[in-house]
Amino acid sequence: MSYQTNTSQPGASPAGLSSSDRWREWVDRHAGTFFIAPAVSLILIFAIFPTIYSMVFALSRVRFTGDGLKFRYVGLRNFEKQFFGSSEVHFLGRTEPFSIFGMLVFAVIVVAVLWWLYRSWKTATWVRMLGRSISAAMAIFLGYILCASLLSGNAIGTLYTTLFYVLVGCFVQFVIGTGLAFLCSQPIRGRNFFRVLFFIPLMVTPLGVGFAMRMIADVTKGPFEPILGVLGLQDWVWSASPWSARFVMMICDSWQWIPFIFICMLAALENVPRDHVEAAQVDGASSFHIFREVTWPQVVPVAVTVLLIRAIEAFKIMDLPNIMTGGGPGSSTESMTLHSVYVWRANDMGSSAAIAYLLLILTVVVCASFFNYVVLGQIRKTRA
Amino acid sequence: MSGAHTKFDLQNRGLLEKMFEPPAVGKMAPVAKIVVYSFLAIWSLFVLFPIYWVIITSFKDAAAVNQGPSYFPFVDFQPTLDAWRINFTADPYCDMAAIARQLYLLAHNSVAFVLSPVVTIPPMEPQICKIYLAFTNSVVISIISTIFCVAVGSMAAYALARIQYRPKFGNIMIFVLLIVGVILATTYAGVPWWMSSAVALALFFFLARALGRHFKMSLGNGDILFWMISQRILPPIVVVVPLYVMFQAVRLLDTHLALILLYAVANLPIVVWLMHDFFANLPIELEESAQLDGATRFGIFWEIVMPLTRPGLAATTLLILVLNWNEYLFAVFLSTVKVQTMPIMVAAKNTGEKGVLWWEMCAVTVVMIIPVIIMAVLLTRFISKGVLLGAVKG
Repeated sequence: MSYQTNTSQPGASPAGLSSSDRWREWVDRHAGTFFIAPAVSLILIFAIFPTIYSMVFALSRVRFTGDGLKFRYVGLRNFEKQFFGSSEVHFLGRTEPFSIFGMLVFAVIVVAVLWWLYRSWKTATWVRMLGRSISAAMAIFLGYILCASLLSGNAIGTLYTTLFYVLVGCFVQFVIGTGLAFLCSQPIRGRNFFRVLFFIPLMVTPLGVGFAMRMIADVTKGPFEPILGVLGLQDWVWSASPWSARFVMMICDSWQWIPFIFICMLAALENVPRDHVEAAQVDGASSFHIFREVTWPQVVPVAVTVLLIRAIEAFKIMDLPNIMTGGGPGSSTESMTLHSVYVWRANDMGSSAAIAYLLLILTVVVCASFFNYVVLGQIRKTRA
Repeated sequence: MSGAHTKFDLQNRGLLEKMFEPPAVGKMAPVAKIVVYSFLAIWSLFVLFPIYWVIITSFKDAAAVNQGPSYFPFVDFQPTLDAWRINFTADPYCDMAAIARQLYLLAHNSVAFVLSPVVTIPPMEPQICKIYLAFTNSVVISIISTIFCVAVGSMAAYALARIQYRPKFGNIMIFVLLIVGVILATTYAGVPWWMSSAVALALFFFLARALGRHFKMSLGNGDILFWMISQRILPPIVVVVPLYVMFQAVRLLDTHLALILLYAVANLPIVVWLMHDFFANLPIELEESAQLDGATRFGIFWEIVMPLTRPGLAATTLLILVLNWNEYLFAVFLSTVKVQTMPIMVAAKNTGEKGVLWWEMCAVTVVMIIPVIIMAVLLTRFISKGVLLGAVKG
């Protein structure tokens, strides 16, 4: 890409070429730059630059003064606080005491991860080995926190609350969404009607979903109040216990996101050639067998890609817990985004940026691992 | 079938077989049909009930809500328009001319902003009630930002599908180092941001020209595409505080321009991802023959390529429009008074002194979700034709 042009001098141009022609020609010669420059510069200015700038926040103590922000470099202290300091319980959960069961599970996890790493030791190049080591380190870290907090009977922090929304939420949404898509892909009447109807929740504002769900889940004014009365649960409040609050949150998130899985999987299922299915039917295969042997292998690449997209969006969850519980009871429904927002409101901008950065690292490592080991593997398998 | 296979022999079947066996290939057995329809009906209820509840609550008053649940208008509660009146007509400035006035204000302020280096025109202050202000803001911001985003994104996607790029790895490293230098100089040494970035930009062009030819490693189109799409992974919370500081430095806080730019950047990865797939699947012969006829790249792009991808373009535009309409995090951080959007209006109903005013909030929510539902119906027509499927297949 060179910016040199020798037609810019008047009089040097060949006869018959007006200046507007020359201008057109110059633009056309550099069309490659003009096509991509707006997108690249937008991303550089509004995504890459702030991401690097955010690191300065995370490494500093930030104060508001009369003439703007004042930064004082404090090293990794903001990150240290999340792992060993004052907000350890908030972020990681309680990790003491470590129960015997937790230790056993942790040992199994470590052995499995190291075995996986050892197996790829001989074949992989050093770049891939580096990637695998990062994935393995993340897996061991997450495994340690899981065993020390949840499996030892302790409370979990915002890290595992986020992961709960992502992992359990994605699983539930994927199963229900794919099931609905399978039902809708059957030769039935009114398929288009159901398609439009089931798609709607995805488009509704997440805030609106939060309010609607909060209203519906209200135990005194909500529509299920008589049902709870019949079941003898008048005094039960879902928002008072951490796990029921998390599950309600996950169900409401699913109401919104199942349509996404549904619509993508339905398009994929309809793309499976009908004559394959009908040939299997003529051969007398049961519908379960047809699904497992004919349909499923053809939609797996789409399925894993859809899961990846869903997981990427799920890491950003914020509106629902903010509206429905405000993160409570305590901090048990706070996602990491919400955690960061609350810390920011408490004027601790350094810690807020540090938590946001930890979320970025977590998202990138988990999604990149999933992409490399699952999505690419499936795509290669179907291409081969 | 010609009766060759006994399984599909329609005449000699018992009652059970009639119930559980499909009558023909590609049809369903009656029992299976009932099961499928009942599952779909249950799910329809699950989908529709929250929306129904929001709509009926917007026609209740305080008493009807606080008494406990009531389900059907005219049967167990008397619907009123109170909530709608409070939201849309109670404010002194709320009338139908308000929207026109708001549009005039926008035009006036845009002209004032563009001319601000030359002459100083005092910007008009908003004079109309909040809900109309928020509605016009939402409409203007999401439409302009969508058009901008789709235009920029599809240009980049087209270029990545057709033109070879070989950015040098060394140049990219120089650029990143210069960004770090700008940030350190601005935050810790107190250099004005415009000075440090101008120096860095000049340095970059100088160094890239001087050293560029010595770098060997370079990236390809696939890397650029992956880089652009992977921007979607970035959680908005990471960038929102630095963006606040940046927009404050250039005095763009609480303006339409800031939100338009940010919404466009946030959705750029989706546009590039979807549109790249459409462009890559177009036959290249058409463009080659146009090039032989002397058409420029821009001419080919606007007159030949864009019309060919019209369904994909429409589907992408609708999707981005909905995402922009619903965006909340950027709006709540970067707008204070003038550019409040509808999601902020909805969220504001959460913090009344008298507790949550469900009925008022529901009226605002209904106004927010009606356009979105219309767009969803339009969008499913494209999706059902498999328009957006290609990209998902990767």
